[in-house]
Amino acid sequence: MGDAGARLLVVDDNKVNRLLLIRALELQGHRGVGAENGRIALEMLEREAFDLVLLDIAMPEMDGFQVLERLLANSRLRDLPVIVTSAVEGLDSVVRCIELGAEDYLTKPVNPVLLKARIGAGLEKKRLRDQQKELVRRFATREVAQDLQESGFALGGKRVDASVMFADIRGFTTLAESQPPEETIELLNTWYTLMFDAIGAHGGVVSLMIGDGLMAIFGAPLPLPDHCTRAVRAALEMQDTMALFNDERRLAHKPEIRIGIGIASGAMVAGYAGTNERATYTCIGDTVNLAARLEAHTKIAQHPVLVDAATHAGLRPGILARSLGPVTVKGRSAAVEVFAVDGIVK
Amino acid sequence: MSPKGRPEGESDPKRVSAEGRPATDSPIDLATFQALQETAGADFVAELVDTFAAEAPLMLAELRSARAAGDAERFRRAAHSLKSNCSTFGALALGARARALELDGLDADPVRDAAAIDALDAGCARVVMALRELARG
Repeated sequence: MGDAGARLLVVDDNKVNRLLLIRALELQGHRGVGAENGRIALEMLEREAFDLVLLDIAMPEMDGFQVLERLLANSRLRDLPVIVTSAVEGLDSVVRCIELGAEDYLTKPVNPVLLKARIGAGLEKKRLRDQQKELVRRFATREVAQDLQESGFALGGKRVDASVMFADIRGFTTLAESQPPEETIELLNTWYTLMFDAIGAHGGVVSLMIGDGLMAIFGAPLPLPDHCTRAVRAALEMQDTMALFNDERRLAHKPEIRIGIGIASGAMVAGYAGTNERATYTCIGDTVNLAARLEAHTKIAQHPVLVDAATHAGLRPGILARSLGPVTVKGRSAAVEVFAVDGIVK
Repeated sequence: MSPKGRPEGESDPKRVSAEGRPATDSPIDLATFQALQETAGADFVAELVDTFAAEAPLMLAELRSARAAGDAERFRRAAHSLKSNCSTFGALALGARARALELDGLDADPVRDAAAIDALDAGCARVVMALRELARG
């Protein structure tokens, strides 16, 4: 969206003022929609999309200050630019509006030239904010984007109880050597798309992509009470998806793709790691290391989905899993009990 | 701002319009009204005058009702709303009367407020008539 053709909400209890502002917007090539008071305005903002709000202060039912307070507390509407247009006198009102997040304060009757300039600036700010949000959405997951928007960015982590999954394509190096690089990239992109869908469908967040592997978290940044079951169900869906994908590859006379998945659950530290300039949302801790070891152990165990005892204990009924007994994994002095997940009870 | 609702300079014979001409008897500042017509369009302004003619009695009724109920907030808001419209059309003297009510709020003596609202009402009728005349060109 450029400067022209924006959709603006004009909030004013005075009909003459409302009509005049809407007229001024129309003459500038925008569309103006009127709201008679703050309550109606908030209802409209909840259900319709607007690019900018022109807000009066003195209104019945809910005044402009209350509208600004509500917008500030709403993570979806917080960044919507608001220009206050008011005949309320005194610097106090101006200061209060700016403190409550208003972009600007224009005194009525509003000068059309000034209004045009302020709207242009407000829309440009919104365009940049939208662009920034889009970038965050593209390079982070929806949950991380939401966490960033609500809590802001800060390096460091917090202790969470969650499940971590590592997944990896078996024999990827051999496969990559036997086909053109373009085909390998295409395969990886397809694989990631399928895995992201399966993980996302069960509330998981892919936090890391490493070559032919990935790491996903269930239970952070947003807590999930049944993270063990969700992680295992996602793993089973990933297996089912790969079976369908391999049917297609067989028809195209291409080699099948096998994957290994390891899941561990328990306490870990989740948060942003890196520098203030470049950081990623991740989890660290012994649980994370164990999940990575279990994924590696799928090759030895000859079973595609392995989970630790904590994950097994946290499973809801209906998932078939059997103990493979204590296994010594790399990086652990004591053996850990490993479970193989076979499927869902029909 | 001496007597309640009576702005200073309302009947000042030395008052001049924004263009430097001596003020006429019109309760409307011509420069403001013409600027409004230029920016919003004469046809639109004629419709806007009709809207004001319909809304002004409601604002005055709200003032009387708020006065009767002793509701200072509603009283200020109604006066504020009327002031804002006066300012838009260039009804400067009437706007100053409304502003005085907005800033002073409810008077301890309801009779004084009633008189101020009556004066506002009479002024409003003159303003609407003058605006309609100007809007017709």
